[in-house]
Amino acid sequence: MLSFLTRRLIVALLVAATVMTLAFVLTRLSGDLATSIAGANATQADIEVIRKAYGLDRPVLTQFFDWVGRALTGDLGNSYFFQTRVSTLIAERMPVTLTLGITGLLIALFVSIPLGILAAVREGTGFDRAVQMVALLGQAMPSFWLGLLLMITFGLQLGWLPISGTGSWENFVMPGVVLAFSAIPALTRLTRAGMIQAMGSDYIRTARAKGLSRASILLKHALRNAAIPVVAIAAVQLGFMLGGSIVIEQVFALHGVGFLAWESIAKNDFPVVQAVVLVLAVIYVALTMVADLMNAVLDPRLRV
Amino acid sequence: MSAVATVNAGPKRGWKSLSTWIGAVIVGAAMICAIFAPLLVPHDPFAQDLAKRLQVPFWMAGTDPAHLLGTDQLGRDYLSRLIWGCRISMLIGVTVTVVSGLIGITIGVLGGFFGGRIDDAVLFAITTRLSIPVVLVALAVVGLLGTSMTLLVLTLGLLLWDRFAVVARSTTMQVRNLDFVAAAWCAGCSRLRVLSREVLPNIASHLVVVATLEIALAILLEATLSFLGLGVPPPLPSWGLMIAEAKDYMFFSPWVIVIPGVALFTLVLGINLLGDGLRDLFGARTDT
Repeated sequence: MLSFLTRRLIVALLVAATVMTLAFVLTRLSGDLATSIAGANATQADIEVIRKAYGLDRPVLTQFFDWVGRALTGDLGNSYFFQTRVSTLIAERMPVTLTLGITGLLIALFVSIPLGILAAVREGTGFDRAVQMVALLGQAMPSFWLGLLLMITFGLQLGWLPISGTGSWENFVMPGVVLAFSAIPALTRLTRAGMIQAMGSDYIRTARAKGLSRASILLKHALRNAAIPVVAIAAVQLGFMLGGSIVIEQVFALHGVGFLAWESIAKNDFPVVQAVVLVLAVIYVALTMVADLMNAVLDPRLRV
Repeated sequence: MSAVATVNAGPKRGWKSLSTWIGAVIVGAAMICAIFAPLLVPHDPFAQDLAKRLQVPFWMAGTDPAHLLGTDQLGRDYLSRLIWGCRISMLIGVTVTVVSGLIGITIGVLGGFFGGRIDDAVLFAITTRLSIPVVLVALAVVGLLGTSMTLLVLTLGLLLWDRFAVVARSTTMQVRNLDFVAAAWCAGCSRLRVLSREVLPNIASHLVVVATLEIALAILLEATLSFLGLGVPPPLPSWGLMIAEAKDYMFFSPWVIVIPGVALFTLVLGINLLGDGLRDLFGARTDT
């Protein structure tokens, strides 16, 4: 178990280091950052001032190791536009994105686990095919478009929900539903496949032979085994959702990390952009590690 | 293929299934629109007519028969822009998939075929790629380098190779140990020959299925990036860009976002239906 843990940890650290390098390279792609920060009307003297002020006159490698060194101590640099520390900015915006991601995940689990179980129980019937069709429809739905449609219907025509802002829980209902849509197809399919596999196994036959009730067989025996991959994938899906929330934050004007990144891209505020990429990647890596650990704890066969 | 049949239980699969046909018809129609767009458009999709702004489509009262789907906020014919948008979506979907397929299949096959250290490196590359937030990085690249179709295709291609790599790797591992590959080794075939003549043809059907799903994903992502203003540059009529430009008018005339959205949804659904049908037909597995 310990060697499994250390091996996973080393891979996670290597991935984080690679993403860090990529994030740094990414923001240097545009060539001369000082020119793009200064804007179209800047004189050569202005550009030189900016170059000095932001340390862009140093060799690229020095800039890189400086950034890595500071990031390791939790200092992600200063934003050019907001004139504050990037870590403060991200910490301020993170609660909105996390609330959105967790709301989305809970809605997705709440919908897909019952649907998956029912589809598995009625495998091959019209209901099963309808559930699979719903999964396909969800997969094809552009999230930003669904968001706009919900805004028109529930925000404007019915007036049930606010269309922007982060004031109360009601603000997170529509964005949460939209975000959930991206995870529902995968989670439903996985629950269905896991349940079908579990229902065909020997221990379920034994449970049936013992005369246990159908509900007890389904929920206590089959679901527990089918749930392992679902819970693990749910953690990974949360990582994808946090990365994908940039679109939904934009549609619903939620001022989370995704919105911050979008603003910063528009303003050439590259320390923020590279920091958000890094933070989201680290969260994703951490979540996949949690998923692997859960798998290992729940299913000892996986501890290789 | 009995194992696959029990997992994907259902009465009709492959070409016997209605949903495969629906998918094929949608994709076929989209391909015709994409290839023959210049001949099919009733008006110039770029011509503005400010006297005829926001004309309503055919199912509403007061419609102009010259503009079946109405006009946009600049008086451009919506049907013509929709058809031209299909061309752009299909073009980006296919080219992105070619780029991502080349990258993903190459590294996936290498990892699966050689194993050992090479495979470790391939797995590491896949893990790293999955930890990178696609939309954010694509936005950042386009935001820093400027909007252009070529840049968009290259960026998405460089970001979307993971599923190709995963499937190519796992299927190559299965094929590598089969008897006919061993026979080819014994006959003295070179590595390159075994790879290109024995392995690749036998994993091709799986890769075709992945390709359809990736085209759908690339089309959705292009629309998303264009919607956020960092995808296809205006005045090109990308469906995502059409939705973004019409957003300010959506509360008074919802059809301006409904029409391009329905088109996008239908095309992606059609490609996925066709992909699922092909998967059942080939007995391929793409779940990872």
